[in-house]
Amino acid sequence: MTSAVAGEQRGGILEGLSDLFIARPKLLTLLLLLPPLLWIGIVYVGSLFALLLQSFYSLDDFSGLIVRKFTLSTYAQLFEEANRQIIMRTVLMSALVTLACSIIAFPIAYYAARYARGWTKAFFYLAVMMPLWSSYLVKVYAWKLILAKEGIVTWLASSLHLSWLIDGILALPVVGGPSLSFSYVGTFLVFVYIWIPYMILPIQAALERVPSNYLEASADLGANPRQTFWTVILPLALPGIIAGSVFTFSLTLGDYIIPQIVGNSRLFIGQAVYTLQGTAGNIPLAAAFTVVPMAIMAVYLWMAKRMGAFDAL
Amino acid sequence: MRALLAMGEGLYCHTRQVTRTTKSGPVAPTGPLLQWPAPMSPAVRFHNVSRRFGSVRAVDGVTLDIAEGEFFAMLGPSGSGKTTCLRLIAGFEQPDEGHIEIFGQAVVGVPPYKRNVNTVFQDYALFPHMTVGENVAYGLMIKGVARSEREAKAKDALAMVKLSGYEGRRTAQLSGGQRQRVALARALVNGPKVLLLDEPLGALDLKLREQMQEELKTLQKDLGITFVFVTHDQGEALSMADRVAIFNDGKIVQVGAPAAVYERPMSRFVADFVGSSNVLSPAFAAAHGGVSKWTSLRPEKIGVFAAGTVVPAEHAHVDGDVKAISYQGSVTRLSVAAAEMRVVAEAPANAARFKQGHSVRLIWPKSAMVPMEGDA
Repeated sequence: MTSAVAGEQRGGILEGLSDLFIARPKLLTLLLLLPPLLWIGIVYVGSLFALLLQSFYSLDDFSGLIVRKFTLSTYAQLFEEANRQIIMRTVLMSALVTLACSIIAFPIAYYAARYARGWTKAFFYLAVMMPLWSSYLVKVYAWKLILAKEGIVTWLASSLHLSWLIDGILALPVVGGPSLSFSYVGTFLVFVYIWIPYMILPIQAALERVPSNYLEASADLGANPRQTFWTVILPLALPGIIAGSVFTFSLTLGDYIIPQIVGNSRLFIGQAVYTLQGTAGNIPLAAAFTVVPMAIMAVYLWMAKRMGAFDAL
Repeated sequence: MRALLAMGEGLYCHTRQVTRTTKSGPVAPTGPLLQWPAPMSPAVRFHNVSRRFGSVRAVDGVTLDIAEGEFFAMLGPSGSGKTTCLRLIAGFEQPDEGHIEIFGQAVVGVPPYKRNVNTVFQDYALFPHMTVGENVAYGLMIKGVARSEREAKAKDALAMVKLSGYEGRRTAQLSGGQRQRVALARALVNGPKVLLLDEPLGALDLKLREQMQEELKTLQKDLGITFVFVTHDQGEALSMADRVAIFNDGKIVQVGAPAAVYERPMSRFVADFVGSSNVLSPAFAAAHGGVSKWTSLRPEKIGVFAAGTVVPAEHAHVDGDVKAISYQGSVTRLSVAAAEMRVVAEAPANAARFKQGHSVRLIWPKSAMVPMEGDA
């Protein structure tokens, strides 16, 4: 081999290995990738697969035992009225939260990407990131207090003689309730608050990559600012919006703590999974429930790709 | 192509007049400015225009007329204000002082999307989320032109820049030269009255650049549109433009036809920036038959001869030693240490007989010495 040609005495396992790796770089790559591949394969995909498997089992109603026989009856249960309502409620909430997050996040992200420089940019990052550093539970409980009947929102509204507004919102059918912290409105507000950083950051990153001369080119070709927004800025920011919506949508779909603390007693998918696998011991149905968000996200991403949301990447 | 030409001509409702105003004589507008098209209004008029960025005067009191149908180059080093001037015409910048008119219409305060000018950007700024065809048709789409019509026009425009059949391509699949052509087609398809080009050839390699220079020139002649071309490449400006404005420190230091600017530089800056030049001191110039002013003497005007050669009438000479020779293919450059200064002479092949250290006599016609204004 080369070492013989060079006339050097070489030996030892390490040097042998080193020669081997240089001769076969793919072997080295494989060796380096093996631990993470095993992790993803066994711990991640494997457990997901186990979950999928469980959803094809069923619960014997009489004995309360899991029947380990392939069946679609568990999935059929998802379409029972009560379960269907849980799914619809969760999907609708996720969609509304995602929509609200993207509408609120876009101008913030746009400002940060286009105009913020120096300390304003630092302030932006701090303001967006800081809530992520604090405990989720504390934030949700804080919101419960803010939205409570004796909370600051009610107090502020009454001080401004706007109590009629709060009462009006609470009097609405379905979304209303005894107080903001016991209504869908409250749940929605807290969801939006908690997930909005996950929407701002990807949109900001996407806008950051749109050079300002695209906007100049658009104006040069006769587009007024509104036309430029719809034909250039938004399409180029779309991958960021999609990425952000994947976060807000899937996080809302799976969350079981926020609706537990702030909201009425009607269940969301996450809560259904929590109760089914816990007290009810109905692992198959819980598993079937968890497949729902995954299926929705898969369809969503497929549609986004079909619409060309990732073409500019 | 024919359709596009017809479209362009439709916009010129008045006969095209070649009002090649000289550097000193912007023709005063006759009649009220509101009347459009005013018979003599230039394509672009700058009157005492300034643009500051913080404490930097990017454009400093520029007054300029660009005639209709003219290929006008703005030449200068980076930071000299030429690109800012272009952006002022496009409307991306607004002047702090002064007036800008496009075909007699005051445009200060008018946003870019309301101006009938189009720009070819330095890095082309093609939209990555659109195909080549969609990019070219973008301006027409914005104007609300029907799909079939704008697709036909985009096709014609692409044919004009020799990119037929590229409509469906993604911009990322194009080479630099092709992108440049797409950017050109995207601008021209709108039938602009003035086309602005911001160093459009800067990113291309030499061969392609020379080819594009010719094509741009031909295109401009065919379409008859006013081209305003920004470049820092003096060769490019001289070879393409009808007139050149030389920028330095936000000011125009000289305007004129390429030959006039090259042959008669008015300042040391122009003499140095456009081509290369020997700048002779007033004393030296006076002693050699010139005027007692700072004087420009182009290297190619100087003949290199053996020491003691007889000097013809109306010629000046200086004796010196060859200090350096640099062979440049078509010419050979000799740096000669004369009495009190270094003189650079450019000579054709015959200079090869001189070697470093040889004593030579440099001879040039007295008429080749161009006295310059000011800046001593």
